[in-house]
Parts: sequence; C-alpha cells; structure tokens
Amino acid sequence: MPADAITNGLRRVGAGAISAVTRLGFAARFFAVVLIHSPAALKRTQLTLREIYFAGVLSLVIIMVSGLFVGMVLGLQGYDSLNKYGAGDSLGIFVGLSLVRELGPVVAGLLFASRAGSAITAEIGLMKTTEQLAAMEMMAVDPLARIVAPRFWGGVISMPLLAALFSMMGVFGAYLVGVRLIGLDSGAFWGNMRAAIDFWPDVTNGIIKSVVFGVAVSLIAVFEGYDAHPTAEGVSTATTRTVVEASLAILALDFILTVFMFRGIGG
Amino acid sequence: MNRTAIDLWVGIFVTIGLAAIVFLALKVGNLTSLATVPSYRLEARFDNIGGLKLRAPVKAAGVVVGRVDGVRLDPKTYEAVVALRIENGYQFTKDSIASILTSGLLGEVYIGLDAGGDSVMLADGATIAKTQSAVVLEKLIGQFLFDKASSGGGK
Repeated sequence: MPADAITNGLRRVGAGAISAVTRLGFAARFFAVVLIHSPAALKRTQLTLREIYFAGVLSLVIIMVSGLFVGMVLGLQGYDSLNKYGAGDSLGIFVGLSLVRELGPVVAGLLFASRAGSAITAEIGLMKTTEQLAAMEMMAVDPLARIVAPRFWGGVISMPLLAALFSMMGVFGAYLVGVRLIGLDSGAFWGNMRAAIDFWPDVTNGIIKSVVFGVAVSLIAVFEGYDAHPTAEGVSTATTRTVVEASLAILALDFILTVFMFRGIGG
Repeated sequence: MNRTAIDLWVGIFVTIGLAAIVFLALKVGNLTSLATVPSYRLEARFDNIGGLKLRAPVKAAGVVVGRVDGVRLDPKTYEAVVALRIENGYQFTKDSIASILTSGLLGEVYIGLDAGGDSVMLADGATIAKTQSAVVLEKLIGQFLFDKASSGGGK
C-alpha cells in the first residue's frame, strides 16, 4: 500500500512536468504560427487599430493616474531619505532613474496585464466557448489571422507607449511634490536629472524592456484564451492564469534584462 | 463605436505616447550624449589618476568641454596615460595644466584644464606637459597620522 502511494505521487509529479513542458512547446509553436499569420493581419490595419484602441486607449486612464501617484509617492519618500544626507537636490535623479529604468516598464506592464491581458484572454476564450472560432474556420476565415494576430500586435504596440506615459506622469508627479510642495529648486531638479540620465543607455533600455514585456504579456494573453477549456469555468481559469503568468513573466524577464543591461555600468 | 472615432482615439494615443518618449529623451535624459560632436584628441600623463573613470567630464573653468576617452598604463614609466576628447570649438594653449579634481567630498572625479598664456595652441594628438595628479585621501590621512606620531614622539 505505501509503495502504491509513493508511485502515485511520483506519477502525479511526472504528469505535471510533462503537461507543463507540452504547454510550453505548444505556446512556442503558437507564437511562431501567430508571427507567420501577422503580415496578413497587419495588412488589414483596421483590425489592429481596433485592438490598439481596446488595449491601449482604454488603459490610458489607469496607467496615467497610477504613474502620477507612484511619482508623487517616490517624490515624498525619496526626499525624506535623501534629505538625511543633505542630498535633497538629487531627488530628480532618484525619481527619474527608478522610473525610466525599472518602474515605468514593470508597473505599466503589470497594470497592462491585469487591465488589457485579462480582457483579451476572456474575449478569445468566450469566442472559443461559443464556437465562434470554429464557425470562422467553417467559413474559411483563419481565426489566427482575423482574431489572434491583431490582438497580439495591438498589445505589442500599446505597451511601450503606455510605459513611456507612465514614466512621464511619474516624473511630473515627483516634480509636483518636490518642487511645488516641498519647494526644491526647479532648476536643480531638472538639471541634475538631465545630467545623470542618458538617453542611451537609460531611456532606450527602458523602451527595450517595455517592448519585451509587451510581447510576453500579449502572447500569454492570446495563448491562454486560445487554449482555454470551452466552458465557463475554463474561461475564468484562463483569465486568472493570464494575470498570474504574465505578472511572473514580467518580473522574471525584468531581472534577466537588468542583469544584461546594467551590470557593466559605472564599473 | 464607429471606425473614425476609433481612428481618432488611436491617433491621439499614439501621438501622446510618442510625445512621452520625446519628453523622456529631451527633458529627463540628455540626448546630447548620443550626438557625436566633432572633437579632437589630447593626451595627458599622470602619476596617479585616483578614481577617474571613462567618460568622466573634462572641465575648463567649470564648463564641460570634453570627456575622458581612454585610460591606460604606460608599461615603461608606470604613468597613467589619459586620452581626452575635446570639442572642436575649444582650443587650449600649449602650457595648459591638466589636474584631476573631485567635485565636493564625495562627488564625481573629473579633469580640470587651466589655460596658460602661451600663444601656441595644442593640436590634435598632442600631450599636455603639465599635469597634477589626483589627491589620494588615504595617503593624506596616512601622512597626517605619521606626522602626528613623529612630532608626538619628539616631545
């Protein structure tokens, strides 16, 4: 009996590992197929524009308001710590660097995954459940080109723009707190920030990060929707998985990208 | 929502997104570091460069006129050879003095150029003859302690 329990447990671990690897391989092949169908989908610009509207424009409010508040809090906390060392004038550097390099892409990516990624998964999952995807195939319309690829590219295009807006609103929020509220010198705030932050590599690396996060979040969102079990429960599970997997992917990718981008700087 | 309204909103979104990137490039970061200003090369030899790093600023009267382009050790004389890239608009006299300075107690290390009174200017590739090495704080403290100890012992 105990031997049976052990083999059953091992069997469950094995089945879990195999299904995880299978899903990963399926996702990779799915990615390749989406890329193959992309030129045809991008030729019909209107489809992608529609998805930029849903993924990007409708996320504007939450991204900009969050950016503003994150920037204001960074301004208050950063000033509090920096001022202990008489370096309150460096607030611009502190806020600018953290937003442009890390917080802009990462927090905007997390918000984007929960706001737009979950919506994409739910939409595609529900289309699958109600057999709209199968109906399209019957009509010789490829759902990958008509439904999946435009949503994927809509996300990829929206994400860097949203991250840049997040950083800009954050810097503006820090300016409001630092210069207007606390009373730092506006010249020192902007001048120190500009002296310490270079377009290359700081700003460009932030943009590269946001593009990578955009690809990761959009791919996970369309894949989970396409792969969802065609039941109400399956769609809800898929939506949850999108948010969890996309958030973890953003954080892990951010660490890997940071190691490659910033290890050599200042050394 | 009809097609033109979506087009309009996407247009607004993309425009302000690109504007944000331009803002980050110009207002937050300095794009000038990307542009290659025409420049010429000078060399200076120091006994000790302290904490001088690549791309450290070269300043004359506090104004940034160039950047440190390379640092290497002369294997024969054991001197540090620092290559400087100076912007073409700025010329320096042959008897200029290059010194390694620190802005503030904990600030960045930079090279200060003091122009002399000579009428001949330094050309591309020339070596600055007069230099002043970095002040190494640890050595100064060591010297101070040693002096204190020896003067204390004399009493």
